[in-house]
Amino acid sequence: MLTLRNVTKTFNRGTVNEKPALTGVNLHLAAGDFVTVIGGNGAGKSTLLNMIAGVFPLDLGTIELDGEDVSRLSEHQRAKNLGRVFQDPMRGTAADMQIVENLALARRRGEGRGLSWGTSREEREEYARQLATLDLGLESRLSSKVGLLSGGQRQALTLLMATLKKPKLLLLDEHTAALDPKTAAKVLELTGRVVEEHRLTTLMVTHNMNDAIRLGNRLIMMHEGNVIFDVSGDKKSQLRVGDLLQKFEEVSGGELANDRMLLS
Amino acid sequence: MSLALLGAVSQGILWGIMVLGVFITYKMLDIADLTVDGSFALGGCVAAVASVSLGLDPVASVLLGTMAGIVAGLVTGCLHTLFDIPAILAGILTQIALWSINLRVMGKSNTPLLNVDTVFTRVAGILGVSQPVATMLVGLAIAAVVIALMYWFFGTEIGSAMRATGNNEDMCRALGIDVRVTKLIALAISNGLVGLSGALICQSQKYADIGMGTGAIVIGLAAIVIGEVLGRLVPGGIHAFGSRLTSAVVGSVVYFLIRAIVLQLGLDPNDMKLLSAAIVAIALVVPVMVERGQLRRSYSKGGEL
Repeated sequence: MLTLRNVTKTFNRGTVNEKPALTGVNLHLAAGDFVTVIGGNGAGKSTLLNMIAGVFPLDLGTIELDGEDVSRLSEHQRAKNLGRVFQDPMRGTAADMQIVENLALARRRGEGRGLSWGTSREEREEYARQLATLDLGLESRLSSKVGLLSGGQRQALTLLMATLKKPKLLLLDEHTAALDPKTAAKVLELTGRVVEEHRLTTLMVTHNMNDAIRLGNRLIMMHEGNVIFDVSGDKKSQLRVGDLLQKFEEVSGGELANDRMLLS
Repeated sequence: MSLALLGAVSQGILWGIMVLGVFITYKMLDIADLTVDGSFALGGCVAAVASVSLGLDPVASVLLGTMAGIVAGLVTGCLHTLFDIPAILAGILTQIALWSINLRVMGKSNTPLLNVDTVFTRVAGILGVSQPVATMLVGLAIAAVVIALMYWFFGTEIGSAMRATGNNEDMCRALGIDVRVTKLIALAISNGLVGLSGALICQSQKYADIGMGTGAIVIGLAAIVIGEVLGRLVPGGIHAFGSRLTSAVVGSVVYFLIRAIVLQLGLDPNDMKLLSAAIVAIALVVPVMVERGQLRRSYSKGGEL
């Protein structure tokens, strides 16, 4: 489904602030793969997702999505095939617009937008049904402004928006990191359910090693801009947090991984 | 006095169409688009020349003025979206360029509309009413049509995408919306309305002047702010989109009424711009100060929250 070949990105090239973010990443995701991505700060996890989404242009390499070379496409062009949820709950929704308007915008992802009415009556009913599955009571608040919702509600809504039109690839960039533990657990549970239900190919960045092990069928660990550990299937389900920590220590030369990971 | 006030109301309604244009950029895209000063005068100058030199029908002249405004908006839009020039600077560049263009269009700094038909004289003739009354009726009709069209347009798919652009560009890109296109369209529509307003003002005052757009953006912001303040006085406040647009036009009428009254009271007309700027500044300062005051007062050293 997704093939990255020699994907390379250096920020601020040629300046004192030069920072190699990705150093020739090769990665292949089969259709239906649910891959969790872990790694320390600055390992290139978010950059990896941003490169796939087209936020920054590539320095080198190619990105292929479902057989199509998307390397040169801009962010909004690639959006046709991608569902995205960001770390910041504010980034995924339009605060001054109604819940139903946000969903209607998402429903038309990658489609031409014309002069027909922004939301049809049938759509409203469908959205109410879909919102009911979130179990947050949002189905009765279709016309509320999204800005009135809590961070967790907004993130759950963003997840629904990302999958309302089935994407070929779902990109989750630490989408529970900004939420309180209880809400995070809820959004994560929802994530697992949605991915399962639609059999979505998914890349999920997380800082939480337990989550990374528990969810998905494959786990990759990144360090200094490349994939250093890639495990799937039974091997993955037998992983322990201790194994991952040990792996981290190996690559970082004895230094322990950052504290957020230790604590989680 | 009553005639002066009637004139002020008509003027306020015609300028209100410009305010609707400013509303699109300022309230929906969060851009203070300084093109407005230039495109307002452009609309007036083009309409005047179209009537006087080309001998066009007054309605065609007004449409031409509108088109000219749209083009001006597209220029600012291209500078901003294609070449990443900050919106405010892109607007200033177009505005300055338009000063010279407007002089070129007219060939002089002032074009009187003597002995030519205007949409207002025509309507006055058809309905058999006086010209001030016709001006008000035409203004009301056009403002109502513009508000209705805007209400429809911003409810459509593309219109929703434009509102979303002003809200959250990251989200827009993730949902496949090309924010360059939405901004470009918004700037074009906005300045089209500004050009339309300039053309109508030119026909109502029977001349176009190179300086007629100076300070238009500040008048636009003042009118929006006054409209919002008045909206808060309505029980429950004003939230619906149509009401917000209407309140912007009402704000414009109130602005020109205030202006007429203070001029009657003996204010030097040259001080009017100072007053406009003060109105906008106060309106922007007050909410900030109120919030700061609330934060400061909510602090307590101990005890119960």
